[in-house]
Amino acid sequence: MTSLLNDLIDNNESEQFGILDEYSKREIRRAVLTAVAVPGYQVPFGSREMPVARGWGSGGLQITLAVIGHNDVIKVIDQGDDQGVNAVNLRRLIVQSTKVSETTTAAKSSIVQSRHRIPEDGLDQRHILVLQVPVPEPLRGVERDMRELARMHAEADYSKMWVSLYEDKVRNGVITQTTGYPCLVNDRYVIATTPIPRWDIPKLDHSPFLTLFGAGREKRIYAVPPFTKVEPLTFEDVPFEVEKTEGATCSQCGSNSSFLVEIPGAQSRWVCSDTDWCERNLEGNL
Amino acid sequence: MTSVVSPEWVLKVEQLGKIFGSLSENGLALTGPDIGSSKDPVTGAIVAAWDVSFEVAAGEALGVVGESGSGKSTVMRCIAGDQSSSAGSVQIRTSPNEQIDVLSLTPSERRQLRIDKIAVVYQDPAEGLDLNVTAGGNIASPLTAAGWRNFSSIRSRASELLLRTEVPLNRMDDVVKSFSGGMKQRVQLAKALANRPPIVLLDEPTTGLDASVAAGVLDLIRGLLEEFGLAAVVVSHDFSVIEMLTNRCIVMNHGRVVESALTDQLLEDPHHPYSQKLVSAARA
Repeated sequence: MTSLLNDLIDNNESEQFGILDEYSKREIRRAVLTAVAVPGYQVPFGSREMPVARGWGSGGLQITLAVIGHNDVIKVIDQGDDQGVNAVNLRRLIVQSTKVSETTTAAKSSIVQSRHRIPEDGLDQRHILVLQVPVPEPLRGVERDMRELARMHAEADYSKMWVSLYEDKVRNGVITQTTGYPCLVNDRYVIATTPIPRWDIPKLDHSPFLTLFGAGREKRIYAVPPFTKVEPLTFEDVPFEVEKTEGATCSQCGSNSSFLVEIPGAQSRWVCSDTDWCERNLEGNL
Repeated sequence: MTSVVSPEWVLKVEQLGKIFGSLSENGLALTGPDIGSSKDPVTGAIVAAWDVSFEVAAGEALGVVGESGSGKSTVMRCIAGDQSSSAGSVQIRTSPNEQIDVLSLTPSERRQLRIDKIAVVYQDPAEGLDLNVTAGGNIASPLTAAGWRNFSSIRSRASELLLRTEVPLNRMDDVVKSFSGGMKQRVQLAKALANRPPIVLLDEPTTGLDASVAAGVLDLIRGLLEEFGLAAVVVSHDFSVIEMLTNRCIVMNHGRVVESALTDQLLEDPHHPYSQKLVSAARA
């Protein structure tokens, strides 16, 4: 954040830093500041055309390029994987246009841009986590009318969301919603925690790092500031549970305490979703 | 004309009016039952309701009778907050020292009233229910709005209400869309009563149901009104509904109240020519 402030003060127009122009950066920063000031509130912003398709991380990319400074170190992951095609492309774009350094280890980074995951370890007060959000509106599934949605958020009228959780439990015996699980932020706004799985939600609660959610296609930015209450919506007598497959361990590092994903096939196996963490675990280097 | 007075009112409506469009200078004199129109001949404005006053006490039901377009539903929608009113006042008294001036509330505060103070049962179940949600889920809606967060408490309250409104409990987890018309109305009643509101507004609750089903629903409503000591306003064009549910009623014609009387008195001896016409049509 200090490097961001320095950038704002030291307004060297002659040097192009990143692919966004200074006016665009300011507009996005203003939206980010509003989002941090009103935790969980979806702030509209003038989503720019980016050299990636909307829906491919353009929202996260704009936030990253608006808050990044010369001294930042960037990590980009897709599904926890630093080498995913989309992650590699976005990282190259950021690094080539800003000349900042890159890393795959969360602890060594200062900004983590991610689709789907919060890294298993290493994030603290120095970090900004930028999430690429497909659908920012948590109530989209229960209400279509935009004015009604605005009213529901304004009045904190979330009974329709509760009804949908009730219906889910009645029909399926459990609450089945996995990614995008609705959470109440700072006892006020319900947010969609897309794109992260339930597994990562407890990490958001009172997290030391700043989390910024960017939805490029939907033109919304929202935030969970550091040390903010994030509470998954659930009934008092239906405890919130994270994904877990009994007996599954990572076929590479043997972990059963990390978020695992299944590699399908004739002999399907489980691996850590966070590839960097998995490698460090394998090297005994956590 | 004297308005019907009840000493311990829970709901009090005074000189309520709703005009669509802008009225000309003599607009009020140029409309009404004596003229035979609710449309201002100069500006085309519609006087949907004007100078409507009544009081309802706990455990009492007031009928609002009139033909289609007489303004009875407008009155109900103004009280419920589905529509804004142009004039008058609506007061509710939920306890001896809590009185609420309904029309001075913000839209948001008015919606709060609908959670546990004023319930509405509509003629069209699609207005009062989410048809794609189960019967239990529809009842969970007002309960969660009132802060219920315990799944099993919500379940048991919903089944208690469905039992009371005679909806088979094995249908509790079926979507309301799949229900018959009569059963949808029973679910609407269960939902309306979820948070034990003191006031319930019923807008043509049995219109559109076939006679035997309607009779069953009416029986149920009458029992519920008594059991919960509700202050009820029943809007209907059907005298059999009014006769069965209400003690007192007002007759509306072209947006005005033309007669207010005890229900059995009105049916035996209607005074206003329009009431006479209505009663004789119903008795024919």
